[in-house]
Amino acid sequence: MNRSAENLAETEVRWVDVASYDELPAGTGKTVRIGALELALFRLTSGKVHAVHNRCPHKDGVLAEGIVSGEFVFCPMHDRKIHVPSGEVQKPDDGCVRTYEAKVENGRVHIAVPGEAH
Amino acid sequence: MTNKEKLVLIGNGMAGVGTIEHLLKLAPNKYDITIFGAEPYPNYNRILLSYVLAGDSQVEDIFLNTYEWYEQNHITLHAGHKVTAVDTAAKTVTSDKGVTVPYDKLILATGSNPFMIPLSGADKDGVMAYRTIADCERMIEASKRYKKAVVIGGGLLGLEAARGFLNLGMKVDVVHIVDTIMERQLDRTASKMLQEALEAQGMNFLLEKQSAEILGDKRVTGLKFKDGTKTDADLIVMAVGIRPNVALAQQIGLETNPGIVVNDYLETSIPGIYAVGECAMHRGVAYGLVAPLYEQGAVLAKKLAGVESAPYEGSVVYTKLKVSGVDVFSGGQFQDQEGTKAIRVHDEFSGIYKKVVIKDNKIIGAVLFGDTADGTRLMQMIRSGTDVSGMEKTAILRDSAAEAGAGGGATDMSDDAIVCGCNGVSKGAICSAIKEQGLTSAEEVKNCTGASRSCGGCKPLVKDLLALTLGDAFTGAPAKETICGCIDLSHGDVVAAIREQGLTHVREVMNVLGWKTDEGCSKCRPALNYYLGMINPISYRDDRTSRFVNERMHANIQKDGTYSVVPRMYGGVTTPSELKKIAEVAEKYQVPTVKLTGGQRIDLLGVKKEDLTAMWADLDMPSGYAYGKAIRTVKTCVGEDYCRFGTGDSMGMGIALEKRFERLNTPAKVKMAVSGCPRNCAESGIKDLGVVSVDGGWELYAGGNGGVKVRAGDLLATVKTEAEVIEYTEAYLQYYRETGNYGERTSEWVSRLGIEHIREVVQDEARRKELRERIDVALSVTKDPWKEAIASDAIKRDLYDVVEAN
Ligand code: SRM
Ligand SMILES: Cc1cc2nc3c(=O)[nH]c(=O)nc-3n(C[C@H](O)[C@H](O)[C@H](O)COP(=O)(O)OP(=O)(O)OC[C@H]3O[C@@H](n4cnc5c(N)ncnc54)[C@H](O)[C@@H]3O)c2cc1C
Ligand code: SF4
Ligand code: FES
Repeated sequence: MNRSAENLAETEVRWVDVASYDELPAGTGKTVRIGALELALFRLTSGKVHAVHNRCPHKDGVLAEGIVSGEFVFCPMHDRKIHVPSGEVQKPDDGCVRTYEAKVENGRVHIAVPGEAH
Repeated sequence: MTNKEKLVLIGNGMAGVGTIEHLLKLAPNKYDITIFGAEPYPNYNRILLSYVLAGDSQVEDIFLNTYEWYEQNHITLHAGHKVTAVDTAAKTVTSDKGVTVPYDKLILATGSNPFMIPLSGADKDGVMAYRTIADCERMIEASKRYKKAVVIGGGLLGLEAARGFLNLGMKVDVVHIVDTIMERQLDRTASKMLQEALEAQGMNFLLEKQSAEILGDKRVTGLKFKDGTKTDADLIVMAVGIRPNVALAQQIGLETNPGIVVNDYLETSIPGIYAVGECAMHRGVAYGLVAPLYEQGAVLAKKLAGVESAPYEGSVVYTKLKVSGVDVFSGGQFQDQEGTKAIRVHDEFSGIYKKVVIKDNKIIGAVLFGDTADGTRLMQMIRSGTDVSGMEKTAILRDSAAEAGAGGGATDMSDDAIVCGCNGVSKGAICSAIKEQGLTSAEEVKNCTGASRSCGGCKPLVKDLLALTLGDAFTGAPAKETICGCIDLSHGDVVAAIREQGLTHVREVMNVLGWKTDEGCSKCRPALNYYLGMINPISYRDDRTSRFVNERMHANIQKDGTYSVVPRMYGGVTTPSELKKIAEVAEKYQVPTVKLTGGQRIDLLGVKKEDLTAMWADLDMPSGYAYGKAIRTVKTCVGEDYCRFGTGDSMGMGIALEKRFERLNTPAKVKMAVSGCPRNCAESGIKDLGVVSVDGGWELYAGGNGGVKVRAGDLLATVKTEAEVIEYTEAYLQYYRETGNYGERTSEWVSRLGIEHIREVVQDEARRKELRERIDVALSVTKDPWKEAIASDAIKRDLYDVVEAN
């Protein structure tokens, strides 16, 4: 595979239908497995949905089970505070969780995951 | 390329990067910065290596700056590159990997090299130093294959290394040339006390021994001393001192003696080239501790930023030994000399020794062993040259912080002064964080600035700074500590407000009382949820989004995201059929580990979230609440039914207590025990409520704890009947529920309120009756959470189901 194809494959995404928006509880995360990926899906009090990799950059805590406050989730293992929309760990800690785009269409939540290479 | 000035740093260690961090704060855009570091890591906290060695931290945990940090600050980092040449005419540096970079200004922060005694045999495998992550990794690796280590050098570093080997399961000898260890930091008395404490931990000392030869073929097998004696060794660590690393400096032609000679602005003998850290020699001193290095870095950063700065005039240093179980502090000039007088306190009963050395009415040094709480305060007095002629001499060692008024010694510190030596946080940085981010507790200061995060030695000083910065608003008393950073109110304030203003849900409390954050945080939300439920047991609808995962899921989360299941086993008593049922369920769900807990019941560990509800249904046993701030277990001994000493039916009493109080939410977990006689086989003395049968009655003990801080319970009451045991326990627990701070165990609560007060409350018949009525209401509405989950599709869907997609 040449370089440009590799880049293309990496940027190409596919949208996966994962849940009904109405059935998604607000204020707690949902564990979503898509193939080998495990994501934490959040429906915030604002109504927005966001998805992040379900592993804390510190020691792999499962973020879907954290306490959600506004746009932040607190990791249940050692209480790192993570900004859900950007995936950024808040000071004084460092790190970043990978985020995945999420959208609501016709009442269904869809998450963008990396597409398969052609 | 920009036309910014080019700054190159050689040495990616604590002193060099500390300087850069400081510089970025003063002049973020002034330089194009490039850093070379011979070690293949970002900057890490060398002083925490012993924690990595001890297995308490991972390598990543001690990184001070991540690779992203370098990127975000547009710093080019060449990690794993050793600079081998500097061309001072062309102004370029070149690394061993062939990278050449031009500079306008150059900083050398090359640290030191461990000194290796040139013994015969020193080149054998298994002879090493202790300085870097790589050394640590070698030591850990060696411990897997070898049994016996020898550390040459009984100083700070040698002792930390030796402690590390003990943790790694190796035997260790510490060889020292004189007859007292850490003699450069401790006087003879303290040194001998330390030696005894370390011997008790398993270290073996070979004192007054001079090493002569390292024995072995290819690999070391032993060490021979000048006096002809020998000791076996699979590994030898030399920790006998450090030498400034000046190879590169000498190559360039910088003046060295033996460190790189610098003036009060860290300038070397060549203009445009600076040196900082352990490689530098300032006024005849090369420091080997981080606090002075950060102080140097702050001056150099100002110099480079073009900001006016007071000169660096040297530092008074102090040390704390980071070996768990021993508290040692040493600072300044602590040896008796001509013209000095000393105050000594030596309590051989508690193993405490304190010595303060005074010269010309000023404290010039101190040694503390066993109780080092005075360390920071004494250091302040040393640094500020406080005149002690007016003070009562013995009072110097009594904690006078309270009398000294707000701020204590912190007032005299300059803004640049380093408060937290481990993390290089200055007084200025702490004070501005307190002001700008509205911090009110030492805990918050730690979270925002990192101060006191590592060894914790500076915590008293951080508290002083809070007092100084906040003035009257700060009262260090724990009772007044705010719930969290979201609100300036204490637990007590919030409970009072909920009651007075009739508040009924979490969002309402936050809105009415003026929370600073939108939806609170992981500290205040669970607290509010508890208080609301405690105050309005009937009408309050539990907010599960405000509960910590364990309490939301009714199972303990494990590090890999699976859960554990602990069913109730009242009083630790079970039956064959119950055991069979548990066994069958464990097999059906392929539970990886089945374990007896310390609470006399069975733990099924490693259960997948999706399996929880089905497993509970099959078990058909009540939840054991092993996860909750709630009644946990009631441990019992066999008691009078079988035991020849038993005077009371401890199993029956325990089961009755557990059945009465199961499912009750409390400020923190509550553990109980019932013993059939004062031999106390159920350990009733260290429980939140311990019951002991005595001839003709029962004794109730309150506030015991067997956890982090062991506390023996206080006698609460002696009663005659089993009904009275329940009655007093009802009153006691309800009073705790109503007045305990969320998260506060009964051990802390009893200490805070005083046992006499609690005794008075529960022994007052009228109050006891009221309390019992209220706990009755609270208990009447509890439901088994496992049954609830099994019966509700909505709960199963919301909490336990996992979405599987492709
Ligand atoms: C399972 C068990 C260990 C075992 O296998 O024996 C256990 C396991 C845990 N204990 Fe414990 N403790 C267990 C008995 C104890 C005991 C002994 C006892 O209860 O008789 C103590 C000392 C007694 C005491 O608390 O006074 C004990 C003192 C602690 C502490 C320190 C509490 C303190 O106030 O100092 C913690 C930490 C905390 O609560 O913050 C803790 C926390 C924990 C946690 C919940 C850690 C956590 O937050 O994840 C552990 C959960 C492990 C897991 O993943 O499931 N555990 N823990 C025991 C369960 C008993 C039960 O049947 O419910
Ligand atoms: C186990 C241990 C425990 C300690 N405990 C404490 C303590 O409790 N309290 C305390 O105050 N101090 C303690 N110290 C001492 C403290 O760690 C040092 O004083 C401090 O790290 C020195 O900082 P530095 O930046 O001057 O040197 P270093 O941290 O040694 O940094 C120098 C860096 O420069 C690199 N380098 C050298 N030459 C070159 C070159 N030519 N090119 C590129 N890179 C180069 C080196 O590889 C090194 O990474 C401890 C030290 C150890 C080893
Ligand atoms: S003592 Fe308790 S908290 Fe510590 S590891 Fe064991 S179970 Fe976990
Ligand atoms: S694993 Fe998330 S904070 Fe430690």
